[in-house]
Amino acid sequence: MNPTRRTEDLRVPAGLLIPAALGVAILVLPMAGLVVRAPWSDLPSILASDEVLTALRLSLVTATVATAAALACGVPIAWLLARTTLPGRSVLRGLVTVPLVLPPVVGGVALLMVFGRRGLVGGWLYDTFGISLPFTTEAVVLAQVFVAMPFLVVAVEGALRTADRRYDDVAATLGATSWTTFRRVTLPAVTPGVLAGAVLCWARALGEFGATVTFAGSFPGTTRTLPLEAYVAINSGDSDVAIVLSLLMIAVSVTILVGLRERWIGTA
Amino acid sequence: MSLHADLALRRGDLELRAALAVAPGEVVALLGPNGAGKSTALQLLAGILPLDAGRVELDGVTLDDPAAGVHVRPRDRRVGMVVQDYLLFPRMSVLENVAFGLRSRGMPRDRARAEAREWLGRMGLAGYERRRPGELSGGQAQRVALARALIVAPRLLLLDEPLAALDAGTRPAVRAELRRHLAGYDGCTLVVTHDPLEAMVLGDRVVVLERGSVVQQGPPAEVARRPRTDYVARLVGLNLLTGTASGRTAELPTGAVVTLAHDATGPVHIAFPPVAVTLSPRRPEGSARNAWPLVIADLEAHGDLVRVTADGAVPVLADVTPLAVADLGLEPGGEVWASVKATEISVYPA
Repeated sequence: MNPTRRTEDLRVPAGLLIPAALGVAILVLPMAGLVVRAPWSDLPSILASDEVLTALRLSLVTATVATAAALACGVPIAWLLARTTLPGRSVLRGLVTVPLVLPPVVGGVALLMVFGRRGLVGGWLYDTFGISLPFTTEAVVLAQVFVAMPFLVVAVEGALRTADRRYDDVAATLGATSWTTFRRVTLPAVTPGVLAGAVLCWARALGEFGATVTFAGSFPGTTRTLPLEAYVAINSGDSDVAIVLSLLMIAVSVTILVGLRERWIGTA
Repeated sequence: MSLHADLALRRGDLELRAALAVAPGEVVALLGPNGAGKSTALQLLAGILPLDAGRVELDGVTLDDPAAGVHVRPRDRRVGMVVQDYLLFPRMSVLENVAFGLRSRGMPRDRARAEAREWLGRMGLAGYERRRPGELSGGQAQRVALARALIVAPRLLLLDEPLAALDAGTRPAVRAELRRHLAGYDGCTLVVTHDPLEAMVLGDRVVVLERGSVVQQGPPAEVARRPRTDYVARLVGLNLLTGTASGRTAELPTGAVVTLAHDATGPVHIAFPPVAVTLSPRRPEGSARNAWPLVIADLEAHGDLVRVTADGAVPVLADVTPLAVADLGLEPGGEVWASVKATEISVYPA
């Protein structure tokens, strides 16, 4: 192919270029705006303030606990979806992935109905053990698990489906139980997928707002995570704090996405 | 003490109905074209696939009997498996791979590892314990897979195309080595292959599977000398005709008549090698010769010779020298006479 031909091939039609540029602007301008408006000189003092540090610590702890919980339950769910022929498997898959498209507020309302003091499970918990979940740090974790676990399930199920099942057959002929096979053969084979799913899940949990504010409220130190702190700040007119918190969360997201890009391209 | 299997399974286009028997210490080669159901047969014997009907019995223990609701799980069968791409667990060391079966059966780690180390030594792989499977050559990976399967003392060893993943240069050496290892194994061995040479070298007995059915079985030399289907004849490089004999002649379904060197009666197979066929432009003179007028369909290089495919009342493959091709002016569509001496023809009951 000669060079002239190549240049011609690279010419993008205006009908594609203009909407693409517009779309990129919609995505990038807000973030660029944050960078421009950021109070760079006050940044260290804002980041070091008690409110921000408290919210940051709470966010890191809850997102990490939520990810651990999502791993413990989500990997088995993914295995059931990918490796069994249970009846109603597609219904299960649908149910498990609904939170991906559900407005998080709806999730929060639903959690409140079930785990609230008069809820189906919450009422029993309160009557039997005197435990009340709503408006606690545990509620923050539960809300994050509800919203973020589907990301993990989808990633791990995909990894399990592409993993070669014949390894499991070989393990079985060698006398391994299905549990041993899962532990020593299947899980190591899908570790990259599990890690990618866990990171996505963690990032989603870190950014969780709607379900958290509905089900757990916004109490400093116990339920006010970074996104809630940013929302409180902007509502009380403290836009500098809101901007700094937003930049912090953008930085985390960008780091994670860049870190995962290689993997996504690799599996595409 | 042996394997007796009567396999029946319908899956998509494949209808498998095959009886297989393997004696202890015997190596049976299951030979057949792609899609014949060879690998499916292995999966049935390993218990990975359930039978539709039939029965599998190993050392007097019934492993499968769908009619009686018997299906022993793969892990309880004592059936070892080595597949074409070996499927060594990629994230475990070579030693852990070999020790896997013993560990899965509850042997303490140290003992399992010691035994695995011993097996690796026996396979000539001492010093490779800590390697990852990805760092092994094809032949080494095969020996590790073999050690991994044999360490748990299976009563039946299944090998699925064990040499197909190797390049042509290393295959003969690995084949000879595999043969040596199999000779030292006292259980039943079933080797699946589509390569006739592999089947002949590794197998004490060859079973030919076509479209889910056993079409021929016997010692390798017998199968090579007296093919019973076109597939086998092509594999072993013989012309195969089927006809009805009476005295010194046999009549083919096309009406053509073949002259035989010995008396025969009833349905027969007629086999002769392509090098025994002589091509000439006119009907050859002479007595005990079979001669048929044919039309050339194809010419193809075949080693130092040229393989000529000719059609007519008696379809024939002939191997002739390039010089003969030039002298006779052979080309597709051209007419030619093919002749074979009766003494070159082998006749056996169909």
